[in-house]
Amino acid sequence: MTVLASPVPKTEVRTLSMAQALNQALRDAMAADPAVVLFGEDVGALGGVFRITDGLTAEFGEARCFDTPLAESGIVGMAVGMAMNGMRPVVEMQFDAFAYPAFEQIVSHVAKMRNRTRGRVALPMVIRVPYAGGIGGVEHHCDSSEAYYAHTPGLHVVAPATPADAYALLREAISAPDPVVFLEPKKLYWSKQEVQLPVREPGIGTAVVRREGTDATLIAYGPSVPVALEAAEIAAREGRSLQVVDLRSIVPFDDETVCAAVRSTGRAVVVAEAAGFASVSSEIVARVTERCFTALAAPIRRVTGFDIPYPPPKLEHFQLPGVDRVLDAVDDLQWEQ
Amino acid sequence: MTSDPRRLLPSADPVSLIDPQGRSADSPSYAVPDDATLLRALGSLITARRLNDQAYALVRQGRLAVYPSSHGQEACQVAAAQVLAADDWLFPTYRDTVAAVGKGVDPVEALSLLKGDWHCGYDPYEHRVAPHATPLATQLPHAVGVAHAARMRGEPTVVMAMCGDGGTSEGDFHEALNFAAVFRAPVVFFVQNNEYAISVPLARQSAAPSLAHKGIGYGIAGERVDGNDMAALLAVLGAAVARARAGEGPQLIEAHTYRMQAHTNADDATRYRDDAEVAAWVRRDPITRLETHLRDRGLLTDEVHARFTAEAERVATHLRDGLNQDVTPDPDDLFAYVYASPTPQLREQAALVADELSREGAH
Ligand SMILES: Cc1ncc(C[n+]2csc(CCOP(=O)(O)OP(=O)(O)O)c2C)c(N)n1
Ligand SMILES: [Mg+2]
Repeated sequence: MTVLASPVPKTEVRTLSMAQALNQALRDAMAADPAVVLFGEDVGALGGVFRITDGLTAEFGEARCFDTPLAESGIVGMAVGMAMNGMRPVVEMQFDAFAYPAFEQIVSHVAKMRNRTRGRVALPMVIRVPYAGGIGGVEHHCDSSEAYYAHTPGLHVVAPATPADAYALLREAISAPDPVVFLEPKKLYWSKQEVQLPVREPGIGTAVVRREGTDATLIAYGPSVPVALEAAEIAAREGRSLQVVDLRSIVPFDDETVCAAVRSTGRAVVVAEAAGFASVSSEIVARVTERCFTALAAPIRRVTGFDIPYPPPKLEHFQLPGVDRVLDAVDDLQWEQ
Repeated sequence: MTSDPRRLLPSADPVSLIDPQGRSADSPSYAVPDDATLLRALGSLITARRLNDQAYALVRQGRLAVYPSSHGQEACQVAAAQVLAADDWLFPTYRDTVAAVGKGVDPVEALSLLKGDWHCGYDPYEHRVAPHATPLATQLPHAVGVAHAARMRGEPTVVMAMCGDGGTSEGDFHEALNFAAVFRAPVVFFVQNNEYAISVPLARQSAAPSLAHKGIGYGIAGERVDGNDMAALLAVLGAAVARARAGEGPQLIEAHTYRMQAHTNADDATRYRDDAEVAAWVRRDPITRLETHLRDRGLLTDEVHARFTAEAERVATHLRDGLNQDVTPDPDDLFAYVYASPTPQLREQAALVADELSREGAH
């Protein structure tokens, strides 16, 4: 896939939070293409519970950004029909766990329509999901649900870790010919960065090396990228050089960048918030081991959430993969004395 | 919110214009369609029945994996397609192959799913017929989306969204009707109540006075129609399409009909219903009813009937010939349509299959 040329006329540097970057991406996409329509729960007057659609109804009108009845299967199902009929719907699931009522629509229709119809019916649509934990949310508000989507052929699954990527990946997702599940790490909504508009970043399906390093590779995506970067920073002070790879896109998976990175260091740790069993993190370990076995000096380690329902706020720090656990895992990578 | 919910209520009895003995009478709200329309409808019904029975026979001959027949429901099938304009959309279920054919889909392409060549064998945009929906009621929200998109652009499209009595219990039925009503989407929800969902009778699906009564909870006007009465179906569905097109929002129509055969040929209906029940419905057959009516009025001659039968035979032959043709599916297709362009991983997997095939060829 290619990176979109943003319609923002001149380059401009702004400090944006991830939430603002997403909002700007939606605004620019709506301005660029009248087929782009936004809908979901509380996305209109309120601007979404995280304010990602703030001001868009006022700017583009009720027909382009509107509230629906409270029914996620209906929201995604209606988006399927609109995408079949010339529109580019971008729908918001209010929280990760509230996308589950739409699961059948996503798995049986969103993911399969192109294939069932031999490419005749494409579904250019985006399902935005504020996801994962770390914000002290109560149950049903903190799920890392990426594995469900990544396991479903026909979906693209994307998780930005920076405001610039949030902008670039969302613009690309909206203009993509295929459905994209767009996972927005809630705890990074308020993280800020100087962003050069129009944003030029690698496309969906491309991982990037966020930090160079020579001793071991940390592989992370979405909410775990800042954790990996912080761990690398601390490790550097202790004399260990850690490389950090940000996947950006879970599907398609960038085997090439990930494997090249791991080959360059010979050691790797995967960091992810989701429960580890049968997860994206297990897939990464399997893929890298299959491809880079002879280059590995130690088995790949994982630092993931436990295989438990997401804990209540006062216990969530046990669940989240923190810097200490990452550094402990790095220590376990069979270093020669 | 509507002030007077009574305007949403369906009639106490299903609308009927031609009774099982073939006698016709206008109802208070609907007129019997004109003679030419009825005669043409009979021709379509005869072809529809022939298609159903031909497809059923092709299962026994091993050409189709399975066929959910609409034998007995042909009047619903024919009417659903006939009341639509070319630019209108039809959303069929697995049982509505005959309706899809009525909207223009080639019957051979319509049965590709059950032949096993590919999932959807036709181009949904060519005749504006969505792929057959198998997961119950999940196509109904799509119908709302198609209708809403058309309305946003000011197009006069109406969408006919079909489902069965069992499908009305699914959450997506509720969500679709509710969305359609809130957005005033031009959708005609057409429920073929054929008394059964596989083995489960209607009483286990719903305690509502009728399925058409469900509309009132959404602010949608409901109507009940005799689903074996071609004249009534054309009148009721035609009026519903006209109201939707005129901007009056979604409509809910329940047709009372009967699945005269088993759910599919793989089902044993004697385990849950007796022959007497079926026999009673055979006496209400939609085709004999319309035929009797047209013969009694001197509108149907033997010559015209022979012409209808010959046309039905022609379509059946086309179906037979098409389904008897062995198409060798291309394994490349496994990977070609998952995404607009295959991921690197899918390219690797396609190469694996190609390699397997080339090694097989080498033996
Ligand atoms: C979501 C879902 N659950 C179960 C099934 C299996 N199934 C196929 S047809 C059917 C009965 C449907 O009955 P009804 O809606 O009355 O339609 P009919 O077959 O009578 O035309 C069932 C249970 C399915 N296709 N989809
Ligand atoms: Mg039924």
